[in-house]
Amino acid sequence: MRIQISSRTLHSDFVKKVAEISGQDLLACNQCGKCSAGCPMCFAMDLLPNQVIRLAQLGLEEDIAASKTVWLCASCFTCTVRCPRGVDLGRVMEAIRLITLRKNVDYVEASDIPRDTIGELPQIALVSGFRKHTA
Amino acid sequence: MDLSYYPGCTLKTKAKGLEDSAVASMDALGIRLVEIERWNCCGTVYSLAEDDLAHHLAPVRNLIRVKEQGSDRVGTLCSFCYHTLKRANLLMRNDGEKRQTLNDFMEEEVDYNGEVEVVHLLEVLRDDVGWENIAAKVRVPLQGLKVAPYYGCTLLRPQEVAIDQVERPTILHQLLETLGAEAVDFPHATECCGSFQIVGNPDFITQCAWEILSSALRRGAEALVLTCPLCHFNLSQRQSELMQRYSDFQGLPILYFSQLLAIALGIESKVCHFESGYGDPLSLLKSKNLVS
Repeated sequence: MRIQISSRTLHSDFVKKVAEISGQDLLACNQCGKCSAGCPMCFAMDLLPNQVIRLAQLGLEEDIAASKTVWLCASCFTCTVRCPRGVDLGRVMEAIRLITLRKNVDYVEASDIPRDTIGELPQIALVSGFRKHTA
Repeated sequence: MDLSYYPGCTLKTKAKGLEDSAVASMDALGIRLVEIERWNCCGTVYSLAEDDLAHHLAPVRNLIRVKEQGSDRVGTLCSFCYHTLKRANLLMRNDGEKRQTLNDFMEEEVDYNGEVEVVHLLEVLRDDVGWENIAAKVRVPLQGLKVAPYYGCTLLRPQEVAIDQVERPTILHQLLETLGAEAVDFPHATECCGSFQIVGNPDFITQCAWEILSSALRRGAEALVLTCPLCHFNLSQRQSELMQRYSDFQGLPILYFSQLLAIALGIESKVCHFESGYGDPLSLLKSKNLVS
């Protein structure tokens, strides 16, 4: 993966926001990859979870925004319990999602979901799905 | 013994089989579940953002209802509710600043400081009733039934909410063996089913379900037992699509732990509401002569 870093991105508001919302020290990550090794949604991700952290460390917001990885995280906390550096990656993913959602951008459009599906899904699916994927 | 009980939304609608079988079983084991009054939705997911306190209000209000009832312990059945209530409770116990803000905001409520203990009913079975006492009350041993215990995520992770060892849980194994069934160990027992991604990315759930179900089948499981209504939905509702995709996949019945408990205790199977689920667990149980 080819990336371009600059002092502008390294000191961007994005890095500060992710750290502030997640309460995590992004620089604690040393890219061991254990989070990606255990992630059950990796098969569908374009960026691996450890790559998202790396891009976040470098402030490369646009590269993260172009990826669907944070939207595929199911908050299963497998990475969270396995990180040897104590980074709660589940919280980092949430922070990055929220930075988008707080611009009033939805990832899931409720009106696109077929009526029958809404009737069939358990309440916990709908409430959690909308909590995680809508503004 | 009475135990305050928080059911949550899904147990009153889509997962009646989980609730009714658990209430009847606990009653048979000497524990009366007392539903708390005026409960509300737990919010389903615990807010993971440092600056989002509003979403802690729903679970904390439920804990206040428990406290108002004069109880210091609340039992939960749904894995989502357990997780959300447990973590919100820990936040109220351990974070003085956020506790103050939340209590100030809920000025109409009594102050709450995390006094209530949140437990899952599996813990009550293990720690209060005890496996030996359950074994003594088994009327229909689940002999010859090979069941894969599936734990999912929210009862085990993160560490501070884990009802058992995070990476190597045994609580469901122990329950199954207590009931006379054979617990089939399989490598995907704690793997996520994809959870709420069923709403926005249902195709990925099909893949997650296949990984878990095929892993259990390879180990010889005849059924899979779990605690969570969303895992139940994701792992059972996707099976018709998997049958079309994989011609040799014949399906795997999905059961709640409380359904097997009720059957083993000799409680009428109507409390299990098998008619409202997916797949056909009843045929399997009939073939083993466990229900008539």
